[in-house]
Amino acid sequence: MAAFFNQRNVIALLVLFSVAFPFITQNEYFLHIMTLSFIWMIGVYGLNLLAGYTGYLSLAHAGFFAIGAYSLGLLTVKAQMNFWLAFVLACLITSVVGLFVGLIALRTKEHFFAIYTLCVGYIIYLVIDKWESLTEGVRGLIGIPAPSNIGPIAFDNALSIYYLVLTILLLVILVVYRIVHSLNGRTYLAIRNSEDLAQTIGISTMKNKLTVFVLSTFFAGLAGALYASFVRFIGPDIGSTAITFDLLTYLLVGGIGTLSGPIVGTIIIVWVSQQLQFLQDYRMLIFGPVLTLLIIFYPRGIVGGVVDWRHKYQEKKNRKLSVNSLVKPEKQVKEG
Amino acid sequence: MLKLNGISVKYGSYTAIQQVNIEVEKGDIVVLLGSNGAGKSTTFRTISGLNKPFEGEIEFEGQSIKGRSPDRIVQSGVVQCAEGRKLFSDMSVQENLRMGAYVHRRKKEQIKQSIEHVYELFPILKDKRNDAAGSLSGGQQQMLAIGRALMSKPKLMLLDEPSVGLAPLIVEQMFEVIQQINKEGTTILLAEQNANAALKIANKGYVFENGSIVVKGSSDELFANEEVRKAYIGA
Repeated sequence: MAAFFNQRNVIALLVLFSVAFPFITQNEYFLHIMTLSFIWMIGVYGLNLLAGYTGYLSLAHAGFFAIGAYSLGLLTVKAQMNFWLAFVLACLITSVVGLFVGLIALRTKEHFFAIYTLCVGYIIYLVIDKWESLTEGVRGLIGIPAPSNIGPIAFDNALSIYYLVLTILLLVILVVYRIVHSLNGRTYLAIRNSEDLAQTIGISTMKNKLTVFVLSTFFAGLAGALYASFVRFIGPDIGSTAITFDLLTYLLVGGIGTLSGPIVGTIIIVWVSQQLQFLQDYRMLIFGPVLTLLIIFYPRGIVGGVVDWRHKYQEKKNRKLSVNSLVKPEKQVKEG
Repeated sequence: MLKLNGISVKYGSYTAIQQVNIEVEKGDIVVLLGSNGAGKSTTFRTISGLNKPFEGEIEFEGQSIKGRSPDRIVQSGVVQCAEGRKLFSDMSVQENLRMGAYVHRRKKEQIKQSIEHVYELFPILKDKRNDAAGSLSGGQQQMLAIGRALMSKPKLMLLDEPSVGLAPLIVEQMFEVIQQINKEGTTILLAEQNANAALKIANKGYVFENGSIVVKGSSDELFANEEVRKAYIGA
């Protein structure tokens, strides 16, 4: 039974479930929530790559999310640009802004980095909020078009957009997986471990950090652009720090620095908070303490907790085996 | 090969090392002696580019490396094996070694050979190659730290207190390996408190006190020096 739940089967089941989801439930609302969760996940993956793997906690990600969303909105609504061209440009614009922010922000470290990026995020929010002639300020941008057709594929209903977002999410996960399991991924871990040490073995930390930062803002911009074309209306609120902390909560609950953490955290929080809608803002009274307990006892979130638990279980099993057999007990331990 | 000319380093207004002059010839083992906080580690951090000197000049193979970024200094052939066996403790032994060859990351064949070479020097690491580096014993961690530094194929290796906190028998082994690495063509600059063991394998040495060099000479001279004997050898 346990063998059935190996990594490959679990991934295959998850993909199968998400592909079949629209047929399991006919409820349009659930489909809407699921699509939105997928969009958040893309943003959370961006945040995870930076905060989880290099250890730089950026609090500007809602800002970059908003830059992606507003770039797409402005280019399609005001400049009447072709949707997909605007979509690609939105991601690029976000990355370029990310590059310049990163060049300065990455000169700071740890909590200084967090505070600096928090300010950057707030400045982006303010610019969007106050620059009325460009962004329409608090009125927001209305009438953002849905994705235009790609050949015969039209995106005129909720189902097709669900699959579009799912496809992009799977691509993002694949890219992140490839990065994390490459030398680059280990390099980022080395930087998180100790920057001085990474430098003394010849890693150019600035170059690597900047690459991750730009990539991470690219994912945030991608999520923002998808959000804009999915919800079709955007206001300055999407760049507010509350959104940053939403993303961060998804990441922390799921497991920072783990591959499946963003999926687990986002799904759980989004669905639980949907179920607790009737409590209105009082649901924070439940979320707050639960989150605090989780961080105290499972600093690497649900996924990290499960991984640790499995390690312990394996060790216990090995110890039992070695006691039972008594023949070359050391050998048994090593094989585990 | 390596020349430090009047190097001073400040942390804020505090002067960590002052007017340090060191010269290392190709093929040598040179030892820096001194108690904790005398300035040995700061000197190392300055050579590898982690600290910027306030004044003075650093030359490696005739070229100034002062102000170069740490990764470029590793590329030019100077690698530091930091004190306290700093490893990537979540990564396996073999992954740690691979990270050490970061500057040669495109040369797959060479990395393979280097790993084999390290396993020859430290056979125990081969047995433990899939274990997490954090699970190794103190001596094994030190071996891995040295092995990882070797992976970059350095011309000059800076070894910061490789014997600290190790059992006497392991210390002896460690110094034998250092000698062997030196014989294979790597010049070594060694910081040590264990003067007795270090001077036995070194060609010459410098004694640090409060951030300056107070005594220098060949290892025989330092052995004979009354003050050095009193302070560091204890006889």
